[in-house]
Amino acid sequence: MARDLLKDFHQTAISAEGPPMTEVILRRFLQAILVVFAMSLFVFVGIYGIGNPVDLLVPEDMGPAARAEIISHLGLDRPLYIQYLTFLGNVLQGDFGNSFVYNTPALQLIMSRLPATLELAVAAMIISTIFAVPLGLWAGLRPKSISGRSIMVGSILGFSLPTFWVGLILILVFSIWLGWLPSSGRATGTVFGIETSFGSWQGIQHLLLPAFNLALFKLALIIRLVRAGVIEAMQMDYVRYAFAKGVSDRRVMLVHVLKNIMIPVVTVIGLELGTVIAFAVVTETIFAWPGTGKLIIDSIYQLDRPVIVAYLMIIVALFVFINFTVDMIYLILDPRARARMVGTA
Amino acid sequence: MTAEPVLTVDNLQTHFFTRAGVLKALNGVSFSVEAGRILGMVGESGSGKSVTGFSILGLIDPPGRIVGGSVRLKGQELVGLPWAELRRIRGAKIAMIFQDPMMTLNPVLTIGTQMAEAIQSHEPVSRETALARARDALGLVGIPSPEERLAAYPHQFSGGMRQRVAIATAFLNHPDLIIADEPTTALDVTIQGQILYETQRLCRERGTAMIWISHDLSVVAGLADEICVMYAGCIVERGSVDAVIDDPRHPYTRGLIASVPSRNRRHQRLAQIPGMIPSLLELPPGCPFRNRCELADGACAEPPFETREGGRAWRCIHPVSLRARAIA
Repeated sequence: MARDLLKDFHQTAISAEGPPMTEVILRRFLQAILVVFAMSLFVFVGIYGIGNPVDLLVPEDMGPAARAEIISHLGLDRPLYIQYLTFLGNVLQGDFGNSFVYNTPALQLIMSRLPATLELAVAAMIISTIFAVPLGLWAGLRPKSISGRSIMVGSILGFSLPTFWVGLILILVFSIWLGWLPSSGRATGTVFGIETSFGSWQGIQHLLLPAFNLALFKLALIIRLVRAGVIEAMQMDYVRYAFAKGVSDRRVMLVHVLKNIMIPVVTVIGLELGTVIAFAVVTETIFAWPGTGKLIIDSIYQLDRPVIVAYLMIIVALFVFINFTVDMIYLILDPRARARMVGTA
Repeated sequence: MTAEPVLTVDNLQTHFFTRAGVLKALNGVSFSVEAGRILGMVGESGSGKSVTGFSILGLIDPPGRIVGGSVRLKGQELVGLPWAELRRIRGAKIAMIFQDPMMTLNPVLTIGTQMAEAIQSHEPVSRETALARARDALGLVGIPSPEERLAAYPHQFSGGMRQRVAIATAFLNHPDLIIADEPTTALDVTIQGQILYETQRLCRERGTAMIWISHDLSVVAGLADEICVMYAGCIVERGSVDAVIDDPRHPYTRGLIASVPSRNRRHQRLAQIPGMIPSLLELPPGCPFRNRCELADGACAEPPFETREGGRAWRCIHPVSLRARAIA
């Protein structure tokens, strides 16, 4: 450890460029594995402490012999550390165990639901970004105008209205009154051999309402972030200097200001994408969207440990991956980040 | 004195309408600059030097506004010109160099992009052409291997190098006038000397007029042809550098000169001007300097008029001079 630190120190001291990119990626990968491992341990022990799944799984009128057989079949009769080590050994072979409830491989169960949640989350983030950046830009440039203030009031609504209520209102207006969009379910079409909602017009119709519902909160968040960034950037010397060079208003906004504020915006979009994936459960429930949100809630109620642990490990891996992608985008947006990130990663 | 001035500023007034009241940043500023000449503008912080520069370019942000006077560039009136028209003048006919080179270049754009856009905003040339001109300009201000530096970002440059970039950018479109707002204040002395020399040389070679804003009287004395001394939004004295430095008429100018440390007056207490610049929110009537001036009397409660003599002018009813001091 001390050796490593010393090596790090020398590397940063000797070359301003820092270690090569492959080393950074490798180190990130090892960190990710460590995080996922720690996560699995916490969850495993935590669920063990909450309660015994057998009490929920086994009907009360079942005899003690049958009950004991189920317990030993699930491996719940062994000490916790043995259970965990067995689990770890299986995970290394790609086996996350079978669901206590469905008796199918937990990983398979999650993977059958994950695409639906992923496309919902991605669609929500795309919707919120597409609307929020121009609105925030406008509100930041004209903070005192009626339109600018209206955007801010709207964003407060986006923050404070509960997701489930907005979801119900969306169904009421667009499905029941106007009859434009379906109120629930998911439809898919095949594009490039992948089955996805984006593959057919019907699929997109099904996706629109839940995606917008999920997007609303993020929309409000990004509007505020962009607006604050624009107001701050407009007071920077480099904006004034760009004007003094005779650069057009349009170019100052879209190149000088926007490129600078994209740095915090990309961070937040990345982090929020993770939380949207992890917390889409309310929207998924209202729109009967067959995603992982519903699955994980049911699994928690039934203490279906293999599913919960596998799900959380996948989510953690996703978070790490998204963070890494955000860092990569940083490198494109912010030239100063290059030396900094490579130096500290 | 016979040449037609490039820039004529006449009775320029810029006020800031703040919640606390009207802040009179400029109260009737008048001066002119001729081609190839350098006008030094000195004064302490808050005297209105920078506001003068930004007012000329029409870059005063609300709640500030030019409320009166005129700015003429080669006969063309700039005050009241629409933003779009002013944009065509900014960077093309009047360029500006800012004080802090660390803050003025956009951190996320390459030097090449930031220089090329200064050209492409005014001329329909290709990016390649613009970059080629930017490269030549960088070479001209002494930046080594300019071709590679075009692809670099501001954080890869030192402060002095960044200011050279700003100077090269200012000269890109062969402007009639360059306004330099304390461009060497943030740099160390050896770099400052080099920058001063380069700028002076380029102005002379190209016949570009320049307004050099500084709080450092010794820099202006060595660089400028003419000098304007600003105090509380007014030019209290102007004239050739030699006349003003050797024989100041306004007590404030004399105070400024006396407060510059000098080799001849070692081991003596440095003279200082007592008191502070008055608040621009509530300027007293009459001479704004009178509460700090040892020569002030009841007559100073009247607004001072401008006295002109030869090529110089001052705004004081009790002017001092070397001769007067010799008698006293």
